[in-house]
Amino acid sequence: MQSPPIPREGALAKLVVENVSKRFTSQRAIVQALDGVSLTVAEGEFVCLIGPSGCGKSTLLDIMAGLTVADSGRVLADGRLVQGPGRQRLVMFQESALFPWLDAFGNVMFGLKLRDDLSQRERKEIAEHFLRLVGLEKFKHAHVHELSGGMKQRVALARALAPDPQVLLMDEPFASLDALTRDQLYDDIQHIWMESRKTIVFVTHNVREAVCLGDRVVLMSPSPGRIASIFDIALPRPRDINSPDLGDYTSRIAAALKNTLKEAVSE
Amino acid sequence: MKRVAVALAFFVALIGLWELAVRSGRWSAVLLPSPLYVAEYLWAALLDGTLLESAWVTLKRLLIGYVAGVLIGLPLGLLTSMSQTLEDTVGAMALGLQTLPSVCWVPLALVWFGQTESAMLFVVIMGTVWSVIIATDYGARSIPPIYARAARTMGSEGMHKWTRVILPASLPFLVTGMKQGWAFAWRSLMAAEIYVTILTGFGLGHLLHYGRELNAMDQVIGVMIVIVLIGLLADRLLFSPWERFLHSRWGTNVKAS
Repeated sequence: MQSPPIPREGALAKLVVENVSKRFTSQRAIVQALDGVSLTVAEGEFVCLIGPSGCGKSTLLDIMAGLTVADSGRVLADGRLVQGPGRQRLVMFQESALFPWLDAFGNVMFGLKLRDDLSQRERKEIAEHFLRLVGLEKFKHAHVHELSGGMKQRVALARALAPDPQVLLMDEPFASLDALTRDQLYDDIQHIWMESRKTIVFVTHNVREAVCLGDRVVLMSPSPGRIASIFDIALPRPRDINSPDLGDYTSRIAAALKNTLKEAVSE
Repeated sequence: MKRVAVALAFFVALIGLWELAVRSGRWSAVLLPSPLYVAEYLWAALLDGTLLESAWVTLKRLLIGYVAGVLIGLPLGLLTSMSQTLEDTVGAMALGLQTLPSVCWVPLALVWFGQTESAMLFVVIMGTVWSVIIATDYGARSIPPIYARAARTMGSEGMHKWTRVILPASLPFLVTGMKQGWAFAWRSLMAAEIYVTILTGFGLGHLLHYGRELNAMDQVIGVMIVIVLIGLLADRLLFSPWERFLHSRWGTNVKAS
């Protein structure tokens, strides 16, 4: 899946997106989903991609994952060219994508079983550890349909974390959850991130969510999908989604977001 | 317990009605034998071994043919789901042949294989294989794409993807298809056994056929009851466990749908 290393520019760059373009052709229209997008994500960084629908943020995430191939440009992960999906970059989807034929534990084990370097005992210990980490050790043998939406996403998070990926790519993972469950998950994901120092790229259309979670918030504009601006969020962690400290950033980014929409309409 | 009691009462009442109908004397005892005579026939046939022997001959044909049909149909269905060309060719053929009542294979089987086991196996396989191909193909195509995407990111590829993701994900469709294949195979085998004498073994269908030849209605009805019981048993042993698994894992009521 990965080519020989290419000399790195900055040693701490975990993900480098270079001039990536992607267009989708359907029978009715050609959509320029991404147009010359470049972005560098540092090791251990939490980056949020935000923008209106159609700005290509999910496409960019898919290209980083290796699930979609870019028309031009390239993505480097740890200095190596991304040519397909790999378990160094695991994805968490908007729907949980848990496998219904396996129980919660079986789902977390799925990725671990694909790691030949672990013994079966180690795999079980790791799976149990991550179920405990997301607070679901008691639901080890629960069937997927018995879990609530929030619990499903917790299992999906455990499943993504268990094989120890370098990068976690999250595509609006909390979008379909109720507000209370979401607030709890903001705390959890921040704590897990602060302990594990994974590199996280998080796609969302919720400005407050992006400010709460991200070290940087990358604002994208639609048609064609481009990076409009990048905001550094210099707030202490863990951050509370309901804290007024978030207000200043939130209103600035929300205003910029409105601008990108206006420009898109006037073009 | 209550459900068993209700079911038991229902069948006892049914047999009671049957006995009453016989006693009313409106129908000739030759055409409508008493349940008692049927029971007597079954008991005697059980003791002298004819019933078990015939049941074994029939079940062997059915099981071997069915397993062969599934083993052929499952991979073919996966292949047609993978390739548009195979779908347009093999898939179209399967769809066409599936609409053919599988009894229609009997004349061809007799000409090709003679009055042998092979002819019977051929009919059973033809009854099974097309349903299994179509169900597998449809099942593999109906998997939510997100399962395949999630599996890919975790490093599942090739055989692992097929056996650990695509097959289990299409299980709800597979079970339906395999059940349909079983029903077709069972019906066509019975028809074939009644229709022709197979020199290599005497199945339940033959027993039924000779019951009619001898005007032994107790035998005809007795064998029919055995055939029904075998069908019920197969459903309980072969498919119920899978349906229960689906029901509990997917959280759907397969039986109701």
